[in-house]
Amino acid sequence: MPATVSVQNLIKTYDKGKVLAVDKVSFDVKAGELFGLIGADGAGKSSIFRILTTVLLADSGTATLAGYDVVKDYREIRNRVGYMPGKFSLYQDLTIQENLEFFATVFGTTIEANMDLIRDIYDQIKPFSNRRAGKLSGGMKQKLALCCALIHKPEVLLLDEPTTGVDVVSRKEFWEMLKKLKAQGITIIVSTPYMDEAKRCERIALIQNGRIMSVDTPGNIIRAYPEKLYAAKSDNIYRLLKDFRSHPETDRSFAFGEYIHISLKNDPTVNRQLPTANCQLPTVNLQPSTVNRQLEFLNRIAAENNHTGIQIKEIEPGIEDSFILLMSRNDATTNLQKTTEK
Amino acid sequence: MRNLGFLLQKEFRQIFRDKTILAMILALPIIQLMILPWAMNLNIKNINLSIVDNDHSSYSQQLITKIGSSGYFRIISADRSYKEALEHIENGSSDLIMELPSGFERNLVREGKQTIGISVDAINGSKASIGGAYLASVISDFNANLAINEIKVPDYNTKPTGFMEITFSNWYNPLAEYKYFFVPGVLVLLLTMIGGFMTALNIVREKEVGTIEQINVTPIKKWEFILGKLIPFWIIGMIVFTIGLLVIWAVYGITSLGSLPLLYVVAGTYMIALLGFGLLVSTFCESQVQAMFVAFFFILIFILMSGLFTAVQSMPAWARIISGFTPVSHFIKIMRMIMLKGSGFSDILTELGYILTFALVLNALAIWNYRKTS
Repeated sequence: MPATVSVQNLIKTYDKGKVLAVDKVSFDVKAGELFGLIGADGAGKSSIFRILTTVLLADSGTATLAGYDVVKDYREIRNRVGYMPGKFSLYQDLTIQENLEFFATVFGTTIEANMDLIRDIYDQIKPFSNRRAGKLSGGMKQKLALCCALIHKPEVLLLDEPTTGVDVVSRKEFWEMLKKLKAQGITIIVSTPYMDEAKRCERIALIQNGRIMSVDTPGNIIRAYPEKLYAAKSDNIYRLLKDFRSHPETDRSFAFGEYIHISLKNDPTVNRQLPTANCQLPTVNLQPSTVNRQLEFLNRIAAENNHTGIQIKEIEPGIEDSFILLMSRNDATTNLQKTTEK
Repeated sequence: MRNLGFLLQKEFRQIFRDKTILAMILALPIIQLMILPWAMNLNIKNINLSIVDNDHSSYSQQLITKIGSSGYFRIISADRSYKEALEHIENGSSDLIMELPSGFERNLVREGKQTIGISVDAINGSKASIGGAYLASVISDFNANLAINEIKVPDYNTKPTGFMEITFSNWYNPLAEYKYFFVPGVLVLLLTMIGGFMTALNIVREKEVGTIEQINVTPIKKWEFILGKLIPFWIIGMIVFTIGLLVIWAVYGITSLGSLPLLYVVAGTYMIALLGFGLLVSTFCESQVQAMFVAFFFILIFILMSGLFTAVQSMPAWARIISGFTPVSHFIKIMRMIMLKGSGFSDILTELGYILTFALVLNALAIWNYRKTS
């Protein structure tokens, strides 16, 4: 299938080159795909969106939507793209009905002509159609914004953090709506800072500091997680985290909700002695290839440090674990680049 | 073109929905025109005068009575010494001191001349100089009618031949009433406020709220968006101008001596210039607070330099040049010419040319600086 959206080596800087917002970003989105841009605030997601919607010019690199170049054919693109900015940006002093009519007429169409596309969403806000947009709840505003973005039957829908600041139920509903829109053949690119929403996309791009760390399906990204991952918990979770972190066999450990996620350095061929700072451990022959050994090992570290209420179990890594792994690597390469530049 | 219609429809909907703005549009011309011309009166009256009469003669009494009955002065105290009178100036209750020396009458009769001391509180410069001048003219009038001067009259050979009497008539404003001078200026003020502030704030609001982001991804073109903003405020400006003309006719009985269509042509051109200014401000500003500040800064200078309150001719040369670079001063000049003098098209051509230039330059700058894609 041909790529509907194609981004090549996009670079965007702000403040005359001082702030690098988008760093050599490239990705392709296939026709009819639900594609997610996942990254923390300030990762550069909105800049990419604004370049794709032709309102921002990139410093270098090219981007095409539906075969049109974002710089040369910006007029064509504006007719083919539905854009929902991260900030609610419809007229707050106009009613739902007036906002929809205005954007419909501007695109040379009517609400009725596109009813089958927006019906599901429109029916939910219809009872309030005479209410001013500024007086709507967050979830309603978001539905109205989606309706306005869809009013001209766009080929590509760009949604910039549509679920930020929206309650859990509305978020779930919103993703259901996106699924239905996708079924109608619309290519959707959505950005979100929430890792749990990543799984709802067909493919995702993980972004950090303007750089794409990985583009793949959520399943593949999780499968690519190199080590076994464990979740640990004790009565003093902060001290447990510090103890794990200070241990030389620990590869990564970070707080994750009420648990600590840990992975160990994976080197089954070498038997090592394990010294610790505050107590003498008996010598262990570690064979971390087996999960039980590793669990036992972790339990022992915790016990040796006098923790109580210890719970340690093996878990499946999630997108967030992958993201943190990639992020630490990304930081490492950035630091490496910085030192070589010096 | 079709889009422009929808934009205008949207814009008017928003304006009419904002009750505060709507009320202001109606109240602004009425209140400004009702209050300002009365309050802003540069005819100096009620000058407070302290008198130190060291003579207590019949001549000094005559002079004091004459000053008191002139209508411009209020004699607030008769002091025994200059020092005492100065206290009135110091505490602000008095503007002028007139000191009549002892032997005032005797010297006048014997020697035919006398010196009078006048001290003026010059904190309010115009009041001081005008008050001083008034007093001097009253005294010279008194001097001319003195009996001792008239005794010489029968002798035709000795009559002072250099005596000139001045009579004058006020043209275009027979009673020299300040409100005739001021009212056309207030109309200008109204258009300036609407053109300068409202457009700037309105466009910046779209930036601030983020709606411009949504507009930018639609097929609406740059010029459609700009015209969609300018036209509604142009129309509102013209409505306010009409209300203003009606108010000054109803309240002050002032009607334009010159042709009304010409007045509207000038006002329309001026509005375009000011809308361009508002647009220019909005292209530089990101928030309404910024826009308000920048617009206020310029409009304040425009108005103070425009000759609305003071005569441009009496400004120093450099200030006259600055004044020439404000569209407001030219419009005020034309307004006064048409309304009070009845000037025709050919009379105002130069000034209209200036306004037209402002309209073109400001709008061109604004459009050049307004970029849809940043």
